[in-house]
Amino acid sequence: MSAPAPDLAIDVRGVTKRFGGRAVVNGIDLQVRRGEIYGFLGPNGSGKTTFIRMLCGLLTPDAGAGTCLGYDVRRQQDEIKRHVGYMTQRFSYYEDLSIRENLDFIARVYDVPDRRRAVDRSLERLGLGKRSRQLAGELSGGWKQRLALAACLIHEPQLLLLDEPTAGVDPKARRDFWDEIHRLAGEGLTVLITTHYMDEAERCHRLAYLAYGNLLTRGTVAEVVRDARLTTWTVTGPELARIGRVLRGQAGVDQVVAFGNTLHVSGRDAAALDAVIGGVVDDAHTWTRGSASLEDVFISLMDTARDNFA
Amino acid sequence: MPRFTFHRLWAIVLKEFVQMRRDRVTFGMMVGIPLMQLMLFGFAINSDPRHLPTALRLGDEGPYARAFVAALRESGYFALTREAASEAEAAALLQRGEVQFVINIPHDFTRRLLRGERPAILLEADASDPAATGPALAAARALADSIFDRDLDGALSRLRARPGPVELRVHAHYNPENITQYNVVPGLMGVVLTMTMVVITALAITRERERGTMENLLATPVRPFEVMVGKIIPYIVVGYIQVTLILLAARWIFHVPLVGSLGLVYAVAFLFIAANLAVGITFSTLARNQLQAVQMAFFFFLPSILLSGFMFPFRGMPEWAQWLGSCLPLTHFLRIVRGVLLKGSGPADIAPELWPLLLFVAVAMAVGVKRYRQTLD
Ligand SMILES: Nc1ncnc2c1ncn2[C@@H]1O[C@H](COP(=O)(O)OP(=O)(O)OP(=O)(O)O)[C@@H](O)[C@H]1O
Ligand SMILES: [Mg+2]
Repeated sequence: MSAPAPDLAIDVRGVTKRFGGRAVVNGIDLQVRRGEIYGFLGPNGSGKTTFIRMLCGLLTPDAGAGTCLGYDVRRQQDEIKRHVGYMTQRFSYYEDLSIRENLDFIARVYDVPDRRRAVDRSLERLGLGKRSRQLAGELSGGWKQRLALAACLIHEPQLLLLDEPTAGVDPKARRDFWDEIHRLAGEGLTVLITTHYMDEAERCHRLAYLAYGNLLTRGTVAEVVRDARLTTWTVTGPELARIGRVLRGQAGVDQVVAFGNTLHVSGRDAAALDAVIGGVVDDAHTWTRGSASLEDVFISLMDTARDNFA
Repeated sequence: MPRFTFHRLWAIVLKEFVQMRRDRVTFGMMVGIPLMQLMLFGFAINSDPRHLPTALRLGDEGPYARAFVAALRESGYFALTREAASEAEAAALLQRGEVQFVINIPHDFTRRLLRGERPAILLEADASDPAATGPALAAARALADSIFDRDLDGALSRLRARPGPVELRVHAHYNPENITQYNVVPGLMGVVLTMTMVVITALAITRERERGTMENLLATPVRPFEVMVGKIIPYIVVGYIQVTLILLAARWIFHVPLVGSLGLVYAVAFLFIAANLAVGITFSTLARNQLQAVQMAFFFFLPSILLSGFMFPFRGMPEWAQWLGSCLPLTHFLRIVRGVLLKGSGPADIAPELWPLLLFVAVAMAVGVKRYRQTLD
């Protein structure tokens, strides 16, 4: 076994997966430190789920190598499975078993010591105690998500792979979920989490952005925003659609995105953008120049990726 | 109230056709199952079984005895496959099911025939399946009455008087009253087990895949062998409940004389249940959805019921069908169960049917485990 850096929970290089000749995951390098919450972002079909499945031994990479918790991702899949908690994108527990039965099954499969106590503790910690006899199939989306999290924590994994755990979950439940994730990370657990929500991305220690199977950027939120070198003007006021039509397509304006009652006008060439804005600026609107938000950055990355890879 | 429109109807029809075309296996089965039925019913099934294996215990080498034997053979129903030197040997051949009939011609046959004493020819039959022996016995009876009409002429023509010159004594073993239920009810045990065990387990893994729980299961440290065997064991229990129900019904409702060891039946049932479960599990690793799994189970069930000797006498089928039938676990299980329950066969008698069952379990399990994918690739 290659000596892995002990502080890296995930350390893979050049990971590639092809489906029918198309590289769905294309030579991705990823290093995640222990105890870190790592966000994994990217548009639909960018290969996030496929990448995670390779990390936990569900798919064999066509190329690339590396370690997960120090175990070789190609050869030591059994060891990896024992120490990783994987929450699938689609709810994948037994709908015809009760919450307790599901947890009990998973605990048995992982051969958890003192199983009864472990199940009780996990029910209690996730506030599932009163519902433990309810069938999983009858639960609402938010409760299903809690059950799934409880189940993938029951064997006390060192690494959590969470694939869009908060899709379809209400804001309050999402906040509770993230508080829990941070608490777990505080205890030393490493978390790799995919999401489409910007507020969640901002709660990650570091993140990576994927499009068409390629890793486009990574780092802390600040690093990602800084590296994008994007200048953004925020416009508020009436008739934003008309202003958008005027600005779109002008040299120096790379993207115009409507966010409710504001318009974000961004460009990589700050001077050119300022010149264009200078031509249309008026008193009816509030014009503010600032740095781009994470979302502006991602939209810009997605657009460039479409030009380069699609 | 919304009115019926053709374009909405047409939308549904089109969608169904597209979905049908996508599911190649189902489409193939829709063509394959009728074809198989045609082949089996058209060519394999024969309710007038001929060339039944027969042992001969010839005590008299005289021309009349030989003529009688030749006539039996020419009737087409009896294939003289064995010679039995003693009564014990003949009995053993019947017991093991190696022959269907034993013809005993006494040593004083010619002498008594010529004296007009109506010598008796003893035709012993394994009558556990009345459908298999019925036509042959009828043919033998007709023969006994008319056989020597040509040979007995001149002074001997008085012997042609009715009743015929020889007496054919039929001794039907194992099911002397020719009660069909005696044969069908024990056989039903095998059929019921095949039907339920294969279907239930064929769904087992397909269901996990269809519901998405497979991904989770694969992400845990569970081994394929553990999944397979773990899914099989509960159904072994179910199988035993079925066996018990059928045995109770056989005894108390159909009054089948159960002469053999029930313990032996239960022991062999284990092997047979395992064989069917292994088939079901293998199907469920091959099928992409639950419908396909059920169809595959049906595809297996159909020849099992038709070619095993359950519905139609095994020996009445052409060679290729017998060969196919011999590859099916039900064929061997039927022989064992009928042998034990109706004939009182012991472990030594059923040994020749045991190893094909064992082989079948081993192969089916190996294919199943190999087909069970550890990853989603
Ligand atoms: N088993 C498979 N066979 C063929 N193609 C596949 C398979 N699994 C995934 N793909 C393709 O790989 C690409 C990446 O899929 P993946 O599910 O990894 O994306 P994702 O980033 O998780 O998307 P989402 O955000 O919608 O969940 C998609 O184009 C998908 O169609
Ligand atoms: Mg996904």
